[in-house]
Amino acid sequence: MTDAAILVKNVSKKFGDTLVLRDINLEVPRGQVSCLIGPSGSGKSTLLRCMAFLEQATSGTITIEGEPLGFVEGPNGRRLQTAAELRQTRSKIGMVFQQFNLWPHMTALGNVSASLRRVRKLSKAEAEDRAMAQLEKVGLKERAGFYPSQLSGGQQQRVAIARALALDPTIMLFDEPTSALDPELTGEVLNVMRALADEGMTMVVVTHEIGFAASVGNKICFLDHGKLLFHDTPEKVFAAPREPRLEQFLDTYLDRGAIMLR
Amino acid sequence: MSFDFAVILAKGPEILMGLGVTILIWIVGTFFAVILGFVVATARRFGGRLVDTLLTLPIEVLRGTPFLVQIFLLYFGGPYIGLRLDPITAGLLGLSVYGAAYYAEIFRAGYQSVPIGHVEAATCVGFSRGQTILFVLLPEMALLVMPPSLNMAVILLKETALLSLITVPEMTMTVSAIGSQQYAFVESLVVLAVVYWALVELANFLGRMTERKLSKLGTT
Repeated sequence: MTDAAILVKNVSKKFGDTLVLRDINLEVPRGQVSCLIGPSGSGKSTLLRCMAFLEQATSGTITIEGEPLGFVEGPNGRRLQTAAELRQTRSKIGMVFQQFNLWPHMTALGNVSASLRRVRKLSKAEAEDRAMAQLEKVGLKERAGFYPSQLSGGQQQRVAIARALALDPTIMLFDEPTSALDPELTGEVLNVMRALADEGMTMVVVTHEIGFAASVGNKICFLDHGKLLFHDTPEKVFAAPREPRLEQFLDTYLDRGAIMLR
Repeated sequence: MSFDFAVILAKGPEILMGLGVTILIWIVGTFFAVILGFVVATARRFGGRLVDTLLTLPIEVLRGTPFLVQIFLLYFGGPYIGLRLDPITAGLLGLSVYGAAYYAEIFRAGYQSVPIGHVEAATCVGFSRGQTILFVLLPEMALLVMPPSLNMAVILLKETALLSLITVPEMTMTVSAIGSQQYAFVESLVVLAVVYWALVELANFLGRMTERKLSKLGTT
């Protein structure tokens, strides 16, 4: 038993004949921010989605807080978890998507309180009280009665974060949380995530925000063509001399004027 | 030759009776069409590949043949297989089944239009499959299918005119009968056109009101 919040062991994933994850081994330490970076199609989002069991790994195991995710090892090989077992393991995880994925027919408060009412079976009043506290945490208390279509992209993503936090997960997964936002709105979402990290939340963040990864991440994982090329502290990863493939990847950022990396 | 609407309008009570039958058949028929269409689309969505395949053929046949042929087959052909229906029942059944085929397609498209991410978000906060369908999939689909559903309802309203040909005493039959008796064919057709158009406009107006009320719930 390690102190890992998530333990990824020999995970491979195929879509049809295409191998998108190749034998990934990764330990996500408790209370730390792990950032997955890499070019598009490198498999970082797929890896994150495997950690929420939105994708099933073709082989290998993923353990959440010491419990196997998705599959149970038995004497006759592995079997899929039942829906209830899976919900139990998944309840430790909060997931935030690139496209927010708020439910358009519910208000911000409705989106956040839904799981408290339907899954935790709290009364409407109690669920909304708790949901309101989450909205306050992301700075959107006064937008509680707004529908997603009435909120900016940054506000929608903050509601989505509040929704993911509602059931008190111990691990938060972020799948390119700011990629659908313009730079001005990106800041407000990153600030909320930074505050979460300061509270000691275990976070796994797939991101193209290299600046965020360098300043908030405790661990940088670089994926390329489905392989986890290396993972280390940002100081080591970004310090010169860099791995050639990472250097090449970061050059595309420098081309766009991100001088802080030099 | 001059138009004489007075002879038609003098039969106001009869026309109103016909109008009543038209509206009744339209509303009841559309209601059953929506229910049946929803059940079919839901069965196709969640019932596995076999159910999906089995339901494809009847839908394609119903959408690929004229409504007139369908109701003739039902009303005049039904007795050959022991299905004797009075005109109103046959009309209602025909309209419901015909409409259901189209509503099934509308709802199928609706199910497909709900972004998969919204379902994944529900899964991630621990919703069961049933809860996801009930609290996420169905309400979102209801919003998406609203405009095409209202459009289909208007089409069904106009299709009820064909039921006059299997002697359903609805508005078209009533008014053309008056036109024949009074030798005022063209007048009766004009009256019919105006009343149908008014009904359609009223339905569209109610539909627009509903859509406006729901607009802020729009998909993002």
